[in-house]
Amino acid sequence: MESLRSKAKELLQSGDVTTIIGYAAGTKKGKTKPYFAYTPEECEKLIFTPACVNNLVIYLTRKFDFMKKGKVAIVAKGCDIKTINVLIQENQFKREDILILGVTCDGVVDKEVVYDGNTLSDDEKSIKCITCDVNTPTDFDHLFGEGVESNALEPMTGGIYDEVDRVRGLSQSEKWNYWMEHFDRCIKCYACKKVCPLCYCDVCITEKNRPQWIETSAHSRGNYAWNIKRAMDLSGRCTFCGECDRSCPAEIPLNVINQEMSKLNYEAFEGYRAGYQTEEIPPFVSFKEDDKEDFIR
Amino acid sequence: MSEESKKTEKEWKPRIIAYVCNWCTYGGADLAGTSRKTYDASVRVIKLPCTGRIDPLFLIKAFERGADSILVSGCHPGDCHYNTGNFHARRRWTAFRDLLEFSGIDMRRLHFSWISAAEAVKWVDVVNDVSEKTKELGPYDEFQRINERIEEYDGIFAQQG
Repeated sequence: MESLRSKAKELLQSGDVTTIIGYAAGTKKGKTKPYFAYTPEECEKLIFTPACVNNLVIYLTRKFDFMKKGKVAIVAKGCDIKTINVLIQENQFKREDILILGVTCDGVVDKEVVYDGNTLSDDEKSIKCITCDVNTPTDFDHLFGEGVESNALEPMTGGIYDEVDRVRGLSQSEKWNYWMEHFDRCIKCYACKKVCPLCYCDVCITEKNRPQWIETSAHSRGNYAWNIKRAMDLSGRCTFCGECDRSCPAEIPLNVINQEMSKLNYEAFEGYRAGYQTEEIPPFVSFKEDDKEDFIR
Repeated sequence: MSEESKKTEKEWKPRIIAYVCNWCTYGGADLAGTSRKTYDASVRVIKLPCTGRIDPLFLIKAFERGADSILVSGCHPGDCHYNTGNFHARRRWTAFRDLLEFSGIDMRRLHFSWISAAEAVKWVDVVNDVSEKTKELGPYDEFQRINERIEEYDGIFAQQG
């Protein structure tokens, strides 16, 4: 990744950007952490390995103020660029406000796996990487790394979608018990909300208490409302970066419920997939007069 | 059927929450009243400006507070007072209905309809139909059990003092 470091240095020296958002080695061996380089010297620490799991696009949202200081360059994998596309689609910033240092990626590690320098097997990869079709990013300013072939799976099949299909096939009470068992463990830490680059409301509904839409204590009633509400709000927007599932301390399969919504949007709204095009209008801000309505009498 | 269960069945009345839009379905329900039509009294009508106002949390809240069935009703497509509110609502329902089904909600307890201000008869029919179906299904105990769990927690906390 020497080319990435030299490019980053060059960008900071010329003053094109004020900050480089990237990855650096973590304090534990085999782990990485988000890293912000403000001076050319600091660029020496930038790395990119399969241990770079974080979706750094969260630092471009209004939860943080990096964008206010000036143009920002971000090291982004193909999946992170999908999130950038959704944010541009939602007018959070303009494409020219940022500089994308795209990196090719052959999968990042799963949450329990420690990267040891070897090539990852499919079991060690994060589940999102099994169905990834943007190993070589499509939208970037500079590309680093060798080209990686994407898998040849049909969209919305394989990987997490197998689990989605399995849960879809369960009976109604089996589904209810499946989700109750998982939601029961939720401790309302809201890590899923904090880590999500698309959860950027200034005031979250969980912070409102007049009326109290979502009960604050960690019992099933509020847990159900919270997790369903979040899945609904991400419907047609989630790009499957998998950060919520990765950060969940209660190990709730949030990928399953979010990808169910992605799959539904793909099926119901003419193959819509979030994050592939910035010009496309998201399904929930548009409509067609002949939308399907077989469930309405 | 034992004597006791017959008795409880007789006493139990379904609680149906109807989220209706101000301009069409509420008008329809109003017309049903002024034309002296009778329909099942177990429906509680909540009037909203437009079906586009219906947040998914409304429905969850209704179930949390003990609703046995929910009816969501608005203007026919193209008749929306705000031109496009019900088109947006329809898309939202497509997703939300699927999400609720995926999370294990009994879809027989969730009803959607388009009822215009002139369709008093349709309102009466729909409400009676929803009520009849809910009576067949009985109370929505499966969802209400999450409320019981809270009491379990309360019990634990009470023990701990």
